[in-house]
Amino acid sequence: MAQQTDKITVKHLTMAYGDYIVMNDLNFTVRTGEIKVLMGGSGCGKSTLLKHLIGLVSASKGEIYYGAERFDPQSESIERIRRRFGVLFQAGALWSSMTVAQNVALPLQEYTTLGAAEIRDIVEFKLSLVGLAGFGHRYPSELSGGMQKRAGLARAIALDPEILFFDEPSAGLDPLSSRRLDDLILQLRDALGATVIIVTHELASIFAIADSALFLDVKTKRAICDGNPHDLIKNSDTPPDVQDFLLRKSAH
Amino acid sequence: MMGSSRVNSGQKAQLEVRTEGKTLVLVLSGNWLLRLDRPIFDSVQAALNETSISSLRLEGAQIGEWDTALLLFVRKCHDLATARKLHYITSDLPAGVQQMVDLSLAVPEAEATPPVKQSNWFVHVGERTLAAFAGFSRYCDFIGRLCLDILSFVRGGSQLRKRDFLALLQATGSQALGIVSLLSFLMGLIVAFVGVVQLQKFGADIYVADLVGIAMTRELAAVMLGVIMAGRTGAAFAAQIGSMRVNEEVDALTCFGISPMQFLVVPRVFALILKMPVLCVCADVVSIFGGMVVAVGISDVSVIQYMNQIQEAVALNDFWVGIFKSVVFGIIVAVAGCYRGLNCGKDASAVGLAATSAVVTGITWLVVADAIFAVAFQIIGI
Repeated sequence: MAQQTDKITVKHLTMAYGDYIVMNDLNFTVRTGEIKVLMGGSGCGKSTLLKHLIGLVSASKGEIYYGAERFDPQSESIERIRRRFGVLFQAGALWSSMTVAQNVALPLQEYTTLGAAEIRDIVEFKLSLVGLAGFGHRYPSELSGGMQKRAGLARAIALDPEILFFDEPSAGLDPLSSRRLDDLILQLRDALGATVIIVTHELASIFAIADSALFLDVKTKRAICDGNPHDLIKNSDTPPDVQDFLLRKSAH
Repeated sequence: MMGSSRVNSGQKAQLEVRTEGKTLVLVLSGNWLLRLDRPIFDSVQAALNETSISSLRLEGAQIGEWDTALLLFVRKCHDLATARKLHYITSDLPAGVQQMVDLSLAVPEAEATPPVKQSNWFVHVGERTLAAFAGFSRYCDFIGRLCLDILSFVRGGSQLRKRDFLALLQATGSQALGIVSLLSFLMGLIVAFVGVVQLQKFGADIYVADLVGIAMTRELAAVMLGVIMAGRTGAAFAAQIGSMRVNEEVDALTCFGISPMQFLVVPRVFALILKMPVLCVCADVVSIFGGMVVAVGISDVSVIQYMNQIQEAVALNDFWVGIFKSVVFGIIVAVAGCYRGLNCGKDASAVGLAATSAVVTGITWLVVADAIFAVAFQIIGI
């Protein structure tokens, strides 16, 4: 159902905090319906790249395109493009003064003209999708870490986004919960046809769900590899650092 | 948007309800999108009320674009069929729909927690009273432990971290100097102005120096300083320690065997004990100067007369009373801020609440203490 078009195009992106350059000259595309993993060692700039993609930080050089449209935090079109996003933050980032149901309902109240009863139905349905039916009246502080993440996911998919961003979804979850979250991401992608971008360094997740993976190298400050992780470990021309990363080998 | 168009249908969502024998057939067509008008579910419910129906069939071959709107409808049909024990069949629904509905059914709904009991007025008052007593005893406990910690510090059992303590001194002392000076100056100005206007009626202009001098050194400088510090520093203490609590930093301290009292509270109390008298001296001087500006400006008192009169009027006792009060107010403000911070809840709004109640309790106790001092100093005659 989804056409194989480029959803996101990143051209010559250089990310920097002041004078400190995080990554140089990134070039990659994400196709519609693809699950793209941004991986790399700690501190390589994965989360920074995600912040650039969702427009929380401006690029110091280079461009990001959504479809054919230029994405620039300074431009006016950003709100319109952003409305197609769903973002799951690292710790869920639920608004702590609201119940889970109010958290999911807020974007619906802000951006749609639906009535209260309908919003209640949608909220309950989205919560049931992430396995949290009946938890709507709880406050985020009354949920476990994994439940907070799933509630964050319910909020991220509240507006039926075309593009989903995940910042380390499995960080701090037990292997089973993290596996369930991976399955959920896959199912949502298949059913919704959404494009998914995930920052993670969990190898199990990378192999389970990634269609393609971009490896950010902290030493050269460049993306040194882009491809399906299963192919990357087989191919002999994959840079050794990436193979070591994927095979959990220590550096030679 | 979830599903793209499979069939070429630009029309709006439609629902056709018909019965085939004992089966109720729902034919869905058009674009089922949240932003468009859709058939309401009640019509299905109404049609089902015919008792002879034993199964429900959904046909979706003509569905165009869809999003959560369709999912909601299908899920409702499913729930209704389950509730009425109907045979439930779907045909030709778009690929993702059944998958999503199955996903939403995968985890059964959590048991609803029992609703909070509606307590009557008497129970409410009783509970609040008990809570107030419990809160008071917690406060006493806190102050008791603080005294022990201060004692152990004085005996040399623990140390202040020099760098942190200096930073605290800077934040509570020199950085507060600007606002304290400005407000004291204006306060002196106001008191003098109000006084001069009255005293001029009796030709007693010169006594404005007595008024400003005694009022400010003995009473107003210290109280105003306390209020400023409650709003500025007490709130900051509560917010800082409160957010440390939210981030589990306080728990981390406890786990390393470092008492949060020693590490967070004692330095803050000491910082205010040291800085309040200094600020109070500054407030005294600046407010007397503020009074002088008015006295010299709108009445014919000269600078020298004013200064002489101040020397005559303000006894060293008055000055010491003000300084002593400022120290006590400093302790009150620091304790209120730290106590509220350490007892902060676990989310962002709790931090705001902690800061608010730190300021409120700080100012309340400060005024109560001031009233007690007024009576006590009167009795012992200073």
